[in-house]
Amino acid sequence: MSKINRRNFIKIAGGAAAVSAIGFPAIAAAGGKKQVVIVGGGTAGATAAKYIRRADDSVEVTLIEPNEHYYTCYLSNEVLGGNRKLESLKFGYDGLRKHGVTVVQDTVIAIDAAGRKVTTKGGKSFSYDRCIVAPGISFRDNIEGYDEAATKKFPHAWKAGAQTALLRGQLEAMADGGTVLIAPPPNPFRCPPGPYERASQIASYLKTHKPKSKILIVDSKDKFSKQGLFTQAWERHYPGMIEWKKAADTGGGIVRVDAKAGTVSTDFDDMKVDVANIIPAQKAGVIAAAAGLTDDSGWCPISGKTFESTIHKGIHVIGDAAIAAPLPKSGYAANSEAKVVAAAVVELVNGREAGTPSWVNTCYSIVAPDDGISVAMVYNLVDGKVAKVEGSGGLTPMDSSPAERKREVQYAYSWFNNITHDIFH
Amino acid sequence: MSVGKILAVILGSSALLSAGQLSAAPTASMLGDTCAGCHGTDGVSMGPATPNIAGLSETYFTDTMLAFKSGDKPGTVMGRIAKGYSEEEIKLMAGYFASKPMAGTSQELDAAKVAAGEKLYSKNCSKCHDENGSLADDDAGILASQWFPYLTYAMEDFRAGTWEMPKKMKKKVDKLSDAELESLLQFFASQQ
Repeated sequence: MSKINRRNFIKIAGGAAAVSAIGFPAIAAAGGKKQVVIVGGGTAGATAAKYIRRADDSVEVTLIEPNEHYYTCYLSNEVLGGNRKLESLKFGYDGLRKHGVTVVQDTVIAIDAAGRKVTTKGGKSFSYDRCIVAPGISFRDNIEGYDEAATKKFPHAWKAGAQTALLRGQLEAMADGGTVLIAPPPNPFRCPPGPYERASQIASYLKTHKPKSKILIVDSKDKFSKQGLFTQAWERHYPGMIEWKKAADTGGGIVRVDAKAGTVSTDFDDMKVDVANIIPAQKAGVIAAAAGLTDDSGWCPISGKTFESTIHKGIHVIGDAAIAAPLPKSGYAANSEAKVVAAAVVELVNGREAGTPSWVNTCYSIVAPDDGISVAMVYNLVDGKVAKVEGSGGLTPMDSSPAERKREVQYAYSWFNNITHDIFH
Repeated sequence: MSVGKILAVILGSSALLSAGQLSAAPTASMLGDTCAGCHGTDGVSMGPATPNIAGLSETYFTDTMLAFKSGDKPGTVMGRIAKGYSEEEIKLMAGYFASKPMAGTSQELDAAKVAAGEKLYSKNCSKCHDENGSLADDDAGILASQWFPYLTYAMEDFRAGTWEMPKKMKKKVDKLSDAELESLLQFFASQQ
């Protein structure tokens, strides 16, 4: 009942926004200073803020983000593997301030698409000509019993920071011979190769420090990203250590946890393991649904060219929250989408038409200290939709040499240094 | 293949092409900014391995990308990515990065090797890699201040024969020892 009401409300609100959208650009053009408000200071939001200012420093950009620092999810698996310090993933917003971005530490609780206004928990409101929403992900309730308390017992570590440290601590405390369970989420989710890189990184730690231990991946899918390459790497580097159970083997993966009893369960089995990394199913970050930007899938439908919401005019959704497939929910894609949208928004607030977009994705996974694999792709706009450029992209070849795999690790580190510098400096 | 089949293929591919060409080419900055994720903002790489591409000559950039695209130049991800661009788009990117100033890198290098490399450079490389490898106005790329691991990978590929050296360069490289080549690369990496 409430769902129907909300949907009706969105329809009405969307209708109102569509009407106002016709009249508004003229007002904005006459009103002088152009205002862009960005909701969320992760990879997508922070990149957009910087690139708008780079393209046109007459545009006033306000970035609203609840946290003082951002921890990248990418390379956080290396923290779990003990090959990297959590602090190396931590970034602040002083770099953006130097570009003239106004950074507000607060939480957006409402976006009024018709009135072009954003409201925060702190009681402030911000008017905009264009709003960019980059809220990342939030979790669905697909696993019974996985409440706030359960995240302390069975960390998801799918938003980096305290959760990463918690899971690393559990791995360190585990005795040799223990079992680590990883429960990857169903599609679509942030960082498709992530759970499997995680298994590899944890295995690299266990191989050295706790070699009698096992990793059990209880998947909610029957196949996964870079599967051939991961499987090859596991056989090569960690023979016998990692067992992957596809959804069909367990009736759909982990469906229930009991934090007090310390059990995780499939439809058939209750299991007690030493460490359990439960990664729930995902949807767009909380504000996206609150602002009526999501459809029945829980993610945000957008136009391919400008990533403007197809529900609310004047609001662009980028990063993991957007339905941007075939672009994946990855850090590289979020950075790439943000630049396309920054360019589009600069054109639009100046009363011009947005240009032709171009996107790239490259995802590295470090499967052992000197073994890296990747997937890459170039994307363009075809018939108004994001499309893979035919003939481009693909995976690291299965038969690439150890020397090439070693280079990929160095390129992965270079990617991390360059993308974080591109976003935050 | 019959004439009919060939025609069908041609018609089919031209239909695909025209569908893809509905929109104008992206701008140079739209294309160039997508590279920053790996090569750094404006092509200035933070390292440790991905090369700087800021300030490369248009000729060198275009030739290198086309060689990646055709498979003539080995790479990890670059061959896969280069295949996603038309020659026109590659030329736009070449112009974009040629207009960006090259920037110095800060790397840990061995002073003794750098000094040894300098002597070897004068004797062997300076005719083509002018001004300590910093001159972009040729087809030789910028070696000055380039990331040392990248220079090492490039030399490995040259010596393995997977990336073809110009004849004059091959004659020189073949005569140099591993240690001498390392010193040379250290010298180029040290140039600011």
